Amino acid sequence: MEAHAVATHAHAAPTGFIRKYIFSLDHKVIGKQYYFLALFSVVVGILLSVLMRWHLVWPDARIPLLDKLSPTGAPGGIMTPEYYLSLLTMHGTLMVFFVLTTAPQSGFGNFLLPIQIGAEDMAFPRLNMLSFWVTFAGLVVLLSSFFVGDGPPLSGWTAYTPLSAVGSVAGPGEGTGQTLWVISIALFCVGSLLGALNFITTTLDLRTRGLTLMRLPLTCWAWFITAVLALLSFAVLFAAGVLLLLDRVGGTSFFVPAGLVVSDQRIAHSGGSPLLWQHLFWFFGHPEVYIAILPGMGITSHVLSTFSRKPIFGYRAMVYAMMAIGFLGFMVWGHHMFVSGMSPYVGFAFSVFTMAIGVPSAIKTFNWLGTLWGGKLRLNTAMLFAIGFVSLFVSGGLSGLFLAQPPVDTNLHATYFVVGHFHLVMGVAAIFGMFAGTFFWFPKMFGRMMNETLGKIHFWITFVGVYCIFMPMHFLGLEGNIRRYSRFTDVNFLVPLIPLHKFMTIAAFVTAGAQFIFLFNLFWSMFKGEKATENPWEATSLEWTVPSPPPFDNFAGRHPVVYRGPYEFSVPGAPKDYVMQDAPEPVAAH
Amino acid sequence: MALAIALVIAVITVISVYVFWAHVWWLPVDVSTHGASIDHQFMMTLIMTGIVFVLAQLGLAYFVWKYRDRGDRRPAKYSHGNNALEITWTTAAFIVFVGLNLLGYRSWASMRFTPAAADALRVEVWGEQFQFYFRYPGPDGQFGPTHVNLMNDATGNALGLDRDNDPASKDDIVTATLAIPVNREVELILHSKDVGHSFYVRELRVHQDLVPGMAIPIHFTASEDALNYNGGRYEIVCTQLCGLGHYKMRAFLQVMTQEDFDKWLKQQAEEQQ
Repeated sequence: MEAHAVATHAHAAPTGFIRKYIFSLDHKVIGKQYYFLALFSVVVGILLSVLMRWHLVWPDARIPLLDKLSPTGAPGGIMTPEYYLSLLTMHGTLMVFFVLTTAPQSGFGNFLLPIQIGAEDMAFPRLNMLSFWVTFAGLVVLLSSFFVGDGPPLSGWTAYTPLSAVGSVAGPGEGTGQTLWVISIALFCVGSLLGALNFITTTLDLRTRGLTLMRLPLTCWAWFITAVLALLSFAVLFAAGVLLLLDRVGGTSFFVPAGLVVSDQRIAHSGGSPLLWQHLFWFFGHPEVYIAILPGMGITSHVLSTFSRKPIFGYRAMVYAMMAIGFLGFMVWGHHMFVSGMSPYVGFAFSVFTMAIGVPSAIKTFNWLGTLWGGKLRLNTAMLFAIGFVSLFVSGGLSGLFLAQPPVDTNLHATYFVVGHFHLVMGVAAIFGMFAGTFFWFPKMFGRMMNETLGKIHFWITFVGVYCIFMPMHFLGLEGNIRRYSRFTDVNFLVPLIPLHKFMTIAAFVTAGAQFIFLFNLFWSMFKGEKATENPWEATSLEWTVPSPPPFDNFAGRHPVVYRGPYEFSVPGAPKDYVMQDAPEPVAAH
Repeated sequence: MALAIALVIAVITVISVYVFWAHVWWLPVDVSTHGASIDHQFMMTLIMTGIVFVLAQLGLAYFVWKYRDRGDRRPAKYSHGNNALEITWTTAAFIVFVGLNLLGYRSWASMRFTPAAADALRVEVWGEQFQFYFRYPGPDGQFGPTHVNLMNDATGNALGLDRDNDPASKDDIVTATLAIPVNREVELILHSKDVGHSFYVRELRVHQDLVPGMAIPIHFTASEDALNYNGGRYEIVCTQLCGLGHYKMRAFLQVMTQEDFDKWLKQQAEEQQ
C-alpha cells in the first residue's frame, strides 16, 4: 500500500532532513512552517505591545534590559518617543502581515485545504515552497531593521507619505529602517501572491470526486475567497511599495509634492501626491482586514457546527455572505480617509458601502447563533475559543458602524476608539480563530491531543483579559484620546485618562503572561500529549478520514469520493450523530 | 462551564452598557453650532448598536447555557437553516444599517458640501514638525505668497513671507495661538510644510488632516457656549502621526467676543511690526 501510494504521488516522499523539513514540497510541512513563523512573529509582536503599554503609562520608568536591546532607543532603559514609534510600527507590521495574514490562511490553509478537498498536495508544490521562503526572507529583512543605524521606521504600519518617503530628515528610522520596511513588505507581497495563485488553483482543480463547490467545508470557502482577495489586493500593495521605494532611493516623486521644507531643509521632489499613497495603501489595506478575518470565520463556522453536533445554519447564506464581504471589501477603502482631504462626496459614497458590508457580517453572526440554537454543545477549548470569536466579532464589528459614518467619525477618527475597534474585530477575534483552529486540528497536525485543562485556563484569562484591554479603548476614544502618542503627559485633556490606561496596561501584562500557558501547552503536547485517534472530535470532513498525522500523500493513494455536505450532524436515523462526507449512501442503517 | 461562559459574557455586556449609560467617560462638551447634529447621529448609532450588542451577546450567552450537552439522550436539532429567517434578517440589517447612514447625510453635508460664507473670518493653519502656525490676512484681506526658499524656523520666518517685496504679506499676522470670535463663521485653510498633520479640536467637533501640497478649507462657528468653558480656551492637537514629537504637537484655540478679538488682532499686528 505504502509503495503504491508513493508511486502515484506527484513527488516522492523525501528522505533527507533538509528536503523533509526545510525545503519541503509537502503542503503539511509548509503549513507548519507558516504556523511557526507566525507563532514567532506573534511572540515578538506581543512583547513589543507590552513594552509600549509599559511606556505609555510610566513614560519615565526604566525598563529592565531594554537598553541592552537598543542603547540609542532606550538610553539607561528609558524609552525615547521615537523608539516608541519604532516599536509601534514593528508591532503593527508584524501582527498584520506576519501573523494575521500568515497563520490563518497560509498556515492552516496550507495544511488543511488539500486534505479537506481530498487532494494529495497543493496544485503547485514548488511555488508553495517558494512562497514560504520569500515570506521568511521578508520577515528577516523586517527584523533586521532593529539592528541598523537608528532602528526601525517610525511612520507606523500604514507608512503615510511624505513622512515615509523623504528619508532620515523626517526623523530617526526614516533612513535605512524605512527602506528595509518597504523591501520587506514587497517580499511579503510576492509570497502572498504566489500563495494566492496556489490556493485558487488548488480549490478549483483538485477537488476529489463528488466534492461540489456547495459541499466544500466553510473553511475551504474562506481560504478560497481570501486567496482571491489577496491576489487582487497584494498586487496593488506591491506596486505601491515599489513606487515608494523609487521615491526613497530613485529620486522619483510619486508620493511627494513640490515645495516641502522639512526641518528647515528643502526637499528636491515635486509633482507627487500624498493622497495617492493613501488610496493605494487602503485599496490593499481594507481587503487586508478581511484577509485576516475570513479564515477565522471559516474556522469558527467549522468548529461551532462540529461541537454543536448540528449542521451549520444557512450554509449557502454563509457562502454568499463571505462572497459579499469579499466583493464589498474592495469598495470601502475610503472610509479610512474621511478627514484626509478627499472629496466629501466620495467620502459619503464610501460610507454607504461600508454600512452595507455590515449586512453580510450580521448574516454570519445570526447564522452562528442559529447553529448553536437547538444544539448539543460540547464545550471543549476549541469550542470556547469559537464562542469567544463570535462575542469579540460582535463587539468589535458594532463599533465599526460608528467609524463608518463620516459625521460620527469626525470626532472618533485617529482616537483609541479606532484602536479598540480593529483590535477586537480583526486582531483578537482573528487570533481566537487561530486558537480554536490550533486546539481543533492539533491532533491532526501533530498526532497528539492538547491539554484541555491548560487550554481552558488559557481561554478564561485571555477572554476576560482582551475585553479589559480593548473595551476601555472605546471609552477613551469618546474622550478624544488620540492614538500613536508615546505619552499622555503633554496634552491637558489626556492627563485625567492615564488611570484608565494603567488599568489596561495591567490587563495587558496579565493577558500577555497567560500566553505562556498556551506556548507550554503547545510544545509539551507535541511530545507528551495523549496520542490522537483518527477522528477524536467525531467530525465529518475528509481530514478526519486519514490517520493523525496524515501520511506523506494524505490518502495513501486512495481517492476519496464525497457523497454529501460537510456538516451532517445528528441526522435522524443515522447510527451515530455524525455522518462522514465520504460515507456511501444510504445514510440511515434502516 | 456553560453557566460560567454565559455569566462572563453577560457580565461583560452589562458592564460595557453601564459605562456608556452612566457617561463614566463621555464626549467632551460641544461648543460649535454644527456639533449637535454630530452628537445626535452618534446617539442614534449608540442606541442602535447598543440594542444589537445586548441582544447578540445575551443571545449567545443564553444559547450556550441552554443548549449545553447535558449528557441526556436529547438529539440536536437537525436543521440546515431557514430561508425566511435569512431573508428577514438580511433585509432588516440592510434597512437599519444603510438607513442609519442616510440619516447622518445632513450632518455631513452641512459641514462639508457647502463652502464658507463670503464674510467668514479666514485664517490659514500651517503645520510643521511639531508645531502649528496661524496666519491672519491683515486689513487688506489678502494672504501674501509663501516662498519655500525663505521658510526658515531659525530666522523666525516659518512661513517664508517676503514682507519687504510682497505688499500683500506686509500686514499678514502670524501667531502661535488661534484666536477666533464667537458666533462668527470661521474658515480655516489648512497647509502643511513637511509631512502629514491633523487639526483636531474635540469641543468644536472639527477634525481635518493637513496634507502637504494641498490647501484644504474647513469652516465652523463657535457657539455662545464657547466662552463659558475653561475661559474659552481649547486645545488643538495633531492626530496624524508626524514623527517623534507627534505626542506634543499642540496649540491653543481661544474663543473671544468680536470686540476682544479685534483688540487681540491689533495687538498681534503691532507686535509684529
